[in-house]
Amino acid sequence: MKAKAADYLLYDQASGTYRVDPEQAVRDDVEKHHWLHVGRMVLKDWRLYLMLVPMILIFLFWRYFPMYELLGCFKVTDTVKTVNEQYFAGFSNFKLLLFGGNNPNMSQEFWRAMRNTFLLSFYGLLFGFPTPIILALFFNEVRSNIARSALQVMTYLPKFMSTVVMTSLVIMLVKQGSSIGVGNMGIVSQALAGIGLVSKDAAQAGLLNDPHFFRTIYQVSGIWEGAGYDSIVFFAAIIAISPTSYEAAQIDGANKWAQMRYVVLPSILSTIVIMLITRIGHLLTIGYEKVILLYNTNTYMTADVVSTFSYRYGMSQGGKVGLASAAEMMNNLIGMLLVIGANTISRKAANTSLY
Amino acid sequence: MKRKLEISELIFKIISYTLLTMFALCCLYPFIYAISAAISGEHAVEYSEIILLPDWKTLQFDAFGEMFGNNMFWNSYSNTLFLTLYGTIWSMVTSILGAYALSKKRLLFRKFFNFFLVFTMWFSAGIVPQYLNYIATGKIFEGFGITDDKWLVVIAMGMQAMNIILLRNAFEGVPSEIEEAAIVDGATETQVLTKVYLPMSKSTIATVALFFAISRWNGYFWAKQMISNSNEHPLQVFLRLRLDQYTDPEFLTGWNKVYAPDSVIYALIVCSIIPILIIYPFIQKYFAKGVNVGGVKE
Repeated sequence: MKAKAADYLLYDQASGTYRVDPEQAVRDDVEKHHWLHVGRMVLKDWRLYLMLVPMILIFLFWRYFPMYELLGCFKVTDTVKTVNEQYFAGFSNFKLLLFGGNNPNMSQEFWRAMRNTFLLSFYGLLFGFPTPIILALFFNEVRSNIARSALQVMTYLPKFMSTVVMTSLVIMLVKQGSSIGVGNMGIVSQALAGIGLVSKDAAQAGLLNDPHFFRTIYQVSGIWEGAGYDSIVFFAAIIAISPTSYEAAQIDGANKWAQMRYVVLPSILSTIVIMLITRIGHLLTIGYEKVILLYNTNTYMTADVVSTFSYRYGMSQGGKVGLASAAEMMNNLIGMLLVIGANTISRKAANTSLY
Repeated sequence: MKRKLEISELIFKIISYTLLTMFALCCLYPFIYAISAAISGEHAVEYSEIILLPDWKTLQFDAFGEMFGNNMFWNSYSNTLFLTLYGTIWSMVTSILGAYALSKKRLLFRKFFNFFLVFTMWFSAGIVPQYLNYIATGKIFEGFGITDDKWLVVIAMGMQAMNIILLRNAFEGVPSEIEEAAIVDGATETQVLTKVYLPMSKSTIATVALFFAISRWNGYFWAKQMISNSNEHPLQVFLRLRLDQYTDPEFLTGWNKVYAPDSVIYALIVCSIIPILIIYPFIQKYFAKGVNVGGVKE
């Protein structure tokens, strides 16, 4: 009780009485009417909050409302309707996808799509991840600025082409030969058949019509498109290494390989780790646009991924919206767990949080 | 002191130069081949006589002529310009405003708004729910009297959380003393943004605008799904339709022209990348910057 009085009251020595501390009164008032003060602050800053509104609305309408539509995975529907108009179906869509039930083909197709999604991403990680690092190491060797800029400009270029242009080029370069004569086979198909990498018949039938080649084409075109651009971040890490580190290593008699091993690699390791974790986090986000543009009925076996599976069932072929949503729900949930997991690991291991 | 090049360094240098040059040529080759094939004669293309350079004897520009004579081509080109211009402006205005507000420490519920943004990078609803949502919001738009699907594409596709975070980080990098000085001089919130923050983060703004513009120019899937009127399809959709048409054996029976059907497709590919090739040298210097500011932190 006494301590409280000391907080609130000031002893006035002249008159020998206590009086209320005016500053404490203000502090009290702020505490008592906390929300009022917050409201006043908001009102004073109304322009700032107004600026947020368009962004929030766009995200709400076109990022968060679709998540609500995703709840359609628990419902049955035959035509395109909104979530509210459908009937609750529990987990039947999930059961159908995972275990088959009365339609075993469906579940086989779903598992195939899951497997393809994982494999396309995994091979992308295996081949697509190291290539930019190697390119960056090579770029570092080119001492002439003009030559290096020229090479970099050339290798970045495909990144800025649209998926349609890129896939169109791929389709044209490996397209099937005409049944009339020798010609008309894609120029790359011809070259590959010429050096014996693919059989003449396969090249004649069109490499994109053969499920065996889809993954390779997907990865090679991915590297062609992105490796140059992705090397920028590694190159930036390499040129940040101080020249004295190399000199010290050279004095110690390190040859090129030893310099790579003991100078360059440790210096760019943190960048590599961060990029690797980002890649792992997005392992299940396959660019569906590219797959839709490249695949056809002949190559579903290796090309069909979860997004394209649900695209076919939910949009292009028929309105099995519930089923398609269930497939995406599973894919995206696993994807989110991977992102969060990768982020946690990166925070612990590299002390860098990506998000 | 000039050090003698060690043998291991020499070997590595040679390997580097060789492989880099090969990779760079591979990157460039399809574009050169596309140009060559677009302007070579029918026989040369059909019998694969072109390897790199066009067949000079049968040089023709009729494949381009066929495209230029097609009204749909010009239509789609102007549609793409429309989507790119208005789309980039809309995306930039809304992103800059949002990012500016988010960069302010005094913003209430700042953590929540940041999470609101970042969560969309973790979890996306997927294409089918998005499609249903576009249909539903399209109906709302119609209720407001906006029946043109192009505006739905412009407005709905406008946001990428990553780009907003890039802008937010740039704004956070502006020293607060400068802002305080401006406020003391009587600047309003809007003036602080336009006179202090925008000029001071020019390079990030240029990078983000570039990202938006390129993704708008290159947009295919959603433009195709959301725009029902084929007269309003952008160039990428038109290109893909022509590709399907000109590789269809039924369409090609009785083809009797000085150019091959392939040349038309290559001509169209060349037309669609020319604008990017023209601005490419100017924007190229921003790439490294764009990636460097890519370190995302909460």
